[in-house]
Amino acid sequence: MNRIEELFSRKSDRILNVYFTAGYPKLNDTTKIMASLEQSGADLIEIGIPFSDPIADGPTIQESNGVALDNGMTLKLLFDQLADVRSKVNIPIILMGYINPIVQYGVEAFCQKCQEVGVDGLILPDLPMFEYQEVHKPVFEKYGLLNVFLITPQTSENRIREIDNNSRGFIYMVSSASTTGAKTGISNEQETYFARIKDMNLKNPTLIGFGISNKETFDKACRNANGAIIGSAFIKAISREGELSENINEFIQSVKG
Amino acid sequence: MKVKVDERGYYGNFGGAYIPEMLYPNIEELRENYEQIMQAPDFQEQFQSLLKDFVGRPTPLYFAERLSEKYGAKIYLKREDLCHTGAHKVNNTIGQILMAQRLGKKKIIAETGAGQHGVATATVCALMGVECIVYMGAIDMERQKPNVERMRILGAEVRAAESGSKTLKDATNEAMRHWINNPKDTHYIIGSVVGPHPYPEMVARFQSVISEEIKKQLQTHEGRENPDYVIACVGGGSNAAGAFYHYYDEVDVNLVAVEAAGLGNHTGESAATTVLGKPGVLHGSKTLLMQTEDGQVVEPYSISAGLDYPGIGPVHAHLFETGRATFYSVTDEEAMKSGIALSRLEGIIPAIETAHAFAALNQMTFKKDDVVVINLSGRGDKDLETYIKWGKY
Repeated sequence: MNRIEELFSRKSDRILNVYFTAGYPKLNDTTKIMASLEQSGADLIEIGIPFSDPIADGPTIQESNGVALDNGMTLKLLFDQLADVRSKVNIPIILMGYINPIVQYGVEAFCQKCQEVGVDGLILPDLPMFEYQEVHKPVFEKYGLLNVFLITPQTSENRIREIDNNSRGFIYMVSSASTTGAKTGISNEQETYFARIKDMNLKNPTLIGFGISNKETFDKACRNANGAIIGSAFIKAISREGELSENINEFIQSVKG
Repeated sequence: MKVKVDERGYYGNFGGAYIPEMLYPNIEELRENYEQIMQAPDFQEQFQSLLKDFVGRPTPLYFAERLSEKYGAKIYLKREDLCHTGAHKVNNTIGQILMAQRLGKKKIIAETGAGQHGVATATVCALMGVECIVYMGAIDMERQKPNVERMRILGAEVRAAESGSKTLKDATNEAMRHWINNPKDTHYIIGSVVGPHPYPEMVARFQSVISEEIKKQLQTHEGRENPDYVIACVGGGSNAAGAFYHYYDEVDVNLVAVEAAGLGNHTGESAATTVLGKPGVLHGSKTLLMQTEDGQVVEPYSISAGLDYPGIGPVHAHLFETGRATFYSVTDEEAMKSGIALSRLEGIIPAIETAHAFAALNQMTFKKDDVVVINLSGRGDKDLETYIKWGKY
């Protein structure tokens, strides 16, 4: 069983997925951050593949992408860094990235490498659904990769159903119409949206992302979904002075409470 | 061959809609409605009437006698520089503001490089009384100051894009982010034949008034609709798409696209996408793109703020791949010299973007009876400072 499916079969609430950008803050921090995240109690790890033009991301993640690229991060190097990560990290690993670097690497070569190093799933926000269905799905499946789709408050019910039918693992519920890190807190309007999705009884579990930054927002998200995804707030936490693993542990504990 | 966009927005191998889910409803709304809106008689009536009375169309097709003598061909200039606001860009912004109104959108965002599209957008927003925010690279704001001031006078807010190279690519990223954060009441007026489907096709169709007029006017001048050559500069490629549109399938017409080679294609300071690019995905479409081996978008360079975009529209990528259009690239220096030469031969100071199209004449050979149409896409007022600095006048 894929590690993501295994996780959700064993745990259905308060799942904490943490995003960080590969090669940030320092080029070789990737696996250190992963090990610390697991030790601190994160359930899932989402590694961002840096891209020069991350249009769905707000300033914090944009900047971390820029720093990582300046540090010399590449997709090839990321796979090198992840080569023996499975001897240290057991929780599921997802790669998040924009499609262009993956197309340049070669989609099949990329998937093969993901399987080799032990990646379990992918989040590719600018991959069109029809292209996934018609071109990439068999390749992703061949290498045991689950593809996670996003939904937003504006996604129509029909499209949510279509996404649910095409998803395995979980659905990434974007909490508001925004780029990452743009909004903090969760409004009543958002809670109505969460409730609407809950009532749809989707086949897949849901994790709420965008705007989750602390215990309060994490708790709120967990009341409305199987868990949540934290990105920008975590990037800020590891940007602080001090020892990386201590910063990570402190942040994760403060969120989980 | 037929140059036609398919249902999913592809021109051969290029195009499509590579967008995050946050933009999906906006793009879908536009895709589902634009065709019907565009064909509605009252839309066409309003569009044509504004093109005539506000923009000043049809623009002349001018026989350039001294230029013709110099190059040994019959050279005509399509005078898009005489459009209101000084460039072809306004054809598209008029069309899109009417489209936005019919979609019920209350606010407009846009991106701009040289500022011509920003000015054209600010202009139509003023005309319609609509709030307007224009994103512009911080570096471009410096080198295109007169256009920044024009936008502000027209009532638009100009926001500096401070990320990345601080030029057109980053202004586009910021505009897309703004749209993601304000999806309901905002329409994004993209200024070139780039972006997710249906933008490239929609913009090309608003600009196709250029080739439609060339056909009629050439019939009057030469007794035939088709020239031997149509030449236009390409950054994203909207003026070229407009000048080529009704000639895509007329195989006896040579389509010539001219890209900016900056300091030279081998110097690392160029914007010539067909020479230096390969297929990739940026700003919502699959096209030819200047990028590293790792798929990171490369910062292009050109003296012209309107041409330093790292990609070209998907239709141009298709024209290049199929060989339907011939692509040339010319350096800053060649373009500047040609801009000055045109000023002195014909009394027309072209925009530096447009000067690139004229510089390609030096790389071509003609027969004496060849009919050549050059799309004079914009006037050079905004570039005076660059001309002055370059020529030490």
